[in-house]
Amino acid sequence: MKILGVSGSLRADSHNTALLRCAARHLPEGVELDVWDGLRDVPPYDEDHDIDPAPPAVAAFRAALAGADAVLFSTPEYNSSIPGQLKNALDWASRPHATNVLRNLPVAVVGASTGAFGAVWAQAELRKVLGAAGARVVDGEVILGHAHHKIDEHGVLLDEEVRDQLVEVLSDLAGAVEARRAPVAA
Amino acid sequence: MSTIESTNAAVLPAGTWQLDPVHSQVGFAVKYMVGTFRGSFSPVEATLVVGADGEAGLTGSARAENVKVQEPSLVAHLLAPDFFDAERTPELRFRSTDVRTDGARVTVDGELEVKGATRPVTLTGEVGEQITDPFGRERIGITLGGTIDRTDFGINWNNPLPSGKSALANEVALEAELYLVKE
Repeated sequence: MKILGVSGSLRADSHNTALLRCAARHLPEGVELDVWDGLRDVPPYDEDHDIDPAPPAVAAFRAALAGADAVLFSTPEYNSSIPGQLKNALDWASRPHATNVLRNLPVAVVGASTGAFGAVWAQAELRKVLGAAGARVVDGEVILGHAHHKIDEHGVLLDEEVRDQLVEVLSDLAGAVEARRAPVAA
Repeated sequence: MSTIESTNAAVLPAGTWQLDPVHSQVGFAVKYMVGTFRGSFSPVEATLVVGADGEAGLTGSARAENVKVQEPSLVAHLLAPDFFDAERTPELRFRSTDVRTDGARVTVDGELEVKGATRPVTLTGEVGEQITDPFGRERIGITLGGTIDRTDFGINWNNPLPSGKSALANEVALEAELYLVKE
């Protein structure tokens, strides 16, 4: 089972990217997680450019999503909401609306911040956006506040409570993938 | 109050009655922001079986993908996990557990399955007079309506208004205008 990790932060030392790497240490058996690093290259959404072939960075994002069984997003919070570049990439990914690659795709949202609140508003906004795009949004959140004190220089998540939250979300995400694979009543 | 035995035979004629999908309407209405938003399912299937003793059973089904609203993007959202989750639960079903009549009034207790959840629901309405159509087929019409709480079926989507209230009501009215043709 392949989970794609998408960080809403572009910064090299991003706490959210670090949180995704922590997630990679706590995966259920048989699950692998690759962190996507193409967010910076996605151009601003423009319907005039939303044609076939898509801009290369957009095509790459759509292909990465299409090739994943599930997606784990980790988002910082800018002005009480989602980083613009992440929203922009999702706007590309969500089109065409009825057949977009996010439809029915199991997704989960976690978040880290240096403040106390762990990007909870951005997480809620991101869940709303993903739901509107048609994704299968898994409940449960990981709130990593004071992130700069909680992931050590080796990338180890020091906060046990948050680690438990992360393990639970990953388990639920894998469960959503399994449920999607299970036969459906006619 | 009339007894079931004395009234069933009068207004629900014995036989197997199939839904005429061309003229029937099965839909829903839900308060959304400043008005009532309506949608429907088309086609739908339904069968009414009335025994010689007046005992009646009504079943029906619709495919989630056949939800009809006026905007394709909204259809896409309605089929997504936020609403009907058509991928996992493509079928909506109804099965009566008790059908009672009182004159032209009809009450149907039954089980409604939406998004994989089955909940009891009571529908009420009227049964029209049996007629013969221009092509020689026997027809009756039944209207039915009722209300459900969509959150009982795991349809929990909402959007908060600036006032803090929710944009979409939980209570959903079900509306059915059934044209039935005797087999």
